[in-house]
Amino acid sequence: MNGFRAIGIVARLTLREAVRRRLLWALAGLTVLIVVLTWWGFGRIAEASPIAGPVEILGVSQVTVMLAFMFSFVLAMTAVFAGSPAIGPEIESGLLLAVLARPIRRADVLIGRWLGLASVLVAYALVAGYLELGAVDLATGYTASDSLQAPWYLAGEALVLLTLAIVLSTRIASVAGGAVAVVAYGLAWMAGVMGGVGEAFNNDVLRDAGIVSRWLVPSDVLWRGAAGALTPPESILSAGGIAEPGLYRFSPFSGAAPSPEWLAWCLIWVAAMLGLGILLLRRREV
Amino acid sequence: MMTGTAGPGGAGASSAAAIETHELRKEFGRIVALAGLTMTVPRGEVFGFLGPNGAGKTTAVKLLLGLSRPTTGDGLVLGAPLGDVGARRRVGYLPELFRYQGWMTAREVLGLHCELAGLPRPEWATEIQSALDLVGLADRAESRTETYSKGMQQRLGLGVALLGRPELVVLDEPTSALDPVGRQDVRRIIAALRDRGTTVFLNSHLLTEVERVCDRVAIVDHGRVVSELAMADLSRERGVGIRLTGLDGLGRDVAARYGTARADGEWLQVDGIADADVPGLIRELVGRGGQIHAVVPTRHSLEERFLALLGAPPDPAADPAARGGAGAEDEARSGRR
Repeated sequence: MNGFRAIGIVARLTLREAVRRRLLWALAGLTVLIVVLTWWGFGRIAEASPIAGPVEILGVSQVTVMLAFMFSFVLAMTAVFAGSPAIGPEIESGLLLAVLARPIRRADVLIGRWLGLASVLVAYALVAGYLELGAVDLATGYTASDSLQAPWYLAGEALVLLTLAIVLSTRIASVAGGAVAVVAYGLAWMAGVMGGVGEAFNNDVLRDAGIVSRWLVPSDVLWRGAAGALTPPESILSAGGIAEPGLYRFSPFSGAAPSPEWLAWCLIWVAAMLGLGILLLRRREV
Repeated sequence: MMTGTAGPGGAGASSAAAIETHELRKEFGRIVALAGLTMTVPRGEVFGFLGPNGAGKTTAVKLLLGLSRPTTGDGLVLGAPLGDVGARRRVGYLPELFRYQGWMTAREVLGLHCELAGLPRPEWATEIQSALDLVGLADRAESRTETYSKGMQQRLGLGVALLGRPELVVLDEPTSALDPVGRQDVRRIIAALRDRGTTVFLNSHLLTEVERVCDRVAIVDHGRVVSELAMADLSRERGVGIRLTGLDGLGRDVAARYGTARADGEWLQVDGIADADVPGLIRELVGRGGQIHAVVPTRHSLEERFLALLGAPPDPAADPAARGGAGAEDEARSGRR
């Protein structure tokens, strides 16, 4: 069977499962709830203090970044919970036995599962992300100039964690794999903070630790991109701000657009991890 | 048909065989699951693959289907190397332990496997309905499989395995969860597959089932084929059970001249004796003062052969009278072919 066709079959199967198991409905319901709460909450902020001066804009932008952080956390957890049981439990339950006996390669199964879940996550990140930004704009009239990029960075962060969770699911139990992926996400975020501290205070060890963590799990690269996109350029927390260069990295709720090299690394990392997952799945007994 | 010749990939490889393996070995760490499986399964036959628990039967099936890789050795399935993706299009497989997507209906599961098997879309509806009718699930086709009993899952698995009229059907314990009616259905389906020339590789430890449907069996133990025999040959291995008193050990000595004799209480079992020689043996036993209470023709069951090969003691309940009489075993023989 043509590899693309096989991948398409598995991806469509994954999407059907997401619909039938009401994952999409749950995400849609949560999105509506959060968007309404966002509109209501930001509306109360705007009522208390009209968003006119730089201080108010900075305040709204920071609340928006925190909202985005909460959303990135939800996306990360969704990615981990969706990706962790993607392969391993299906082997253990015998579900994949009948599938793999068909003219289909294991690589097609893994890529198809990834593609199906990635489609759900990206669609959720973009739809929910833009609706929330729209709610903020509607309530306060504030929109950061690069804010339209933020949902894409968040979607990318979710894809990094989805990829990690799926690769882990080829070898270890879903609970353990999910736990490892969540810890990796947390460590990457924390290492990003420490790296920012190292950069701000010229501490090479901390700075290098932050860089190494970005190489290992580049989720924080993308989170910082989202945070930067939601911060006004003139803010002291932005890359182009008036403060000391590098200070903006100090806060976990600030950031800057990743360089093209880092974006390329994110793509290479996902591709390499999928390659590793294929290798591990090929070697696994079913 | 033991090979013992060149490997399946060699010049002597025969495309007439559905399955050929040569010294297939599978190790899981220090555990040797399969020690060197060499066998040939001719096309168009129902081939039974028997063995005790842990003999390596399911491991062998997974190697044949490319679900697992051999540590050493090689083989051909439908003329293609083990694990060949293209050959799997012509193979149907019912796993031993499996489940289908619980959120799907039986019709959807069959549709998915039509697609996975690469069947042309216009044929799907016919294939699916045919499979549902064949395995008796037509009235539950729209139910989610998570609501199915184990037996119904097994029926569905059989239907999935038969989609697209595969050349080779591998059934791993296909009747383990079925009631007697279900088992009869499976026997009927296997007979129909043989009639249309499909090769069936039947992995089972239910010897009576195997005896009823198989043309040939291989018995594996500790990861090796310890015997391979045609069921027709087994049915020709006849003997006679004689209930005899008054001769003690002399009766066995006399009978030993006619065949392989074994005394078991008052019963004297004589194997390998020609039918024409039985009256002569009886005359001689009576002539030496023996009293004959019963003479019962016996045939070896697959179970007896199986137990003998594995070195297990014969079943004390299976006395010559029981083996020769009208019981389940007799029904088994009459049901075969």
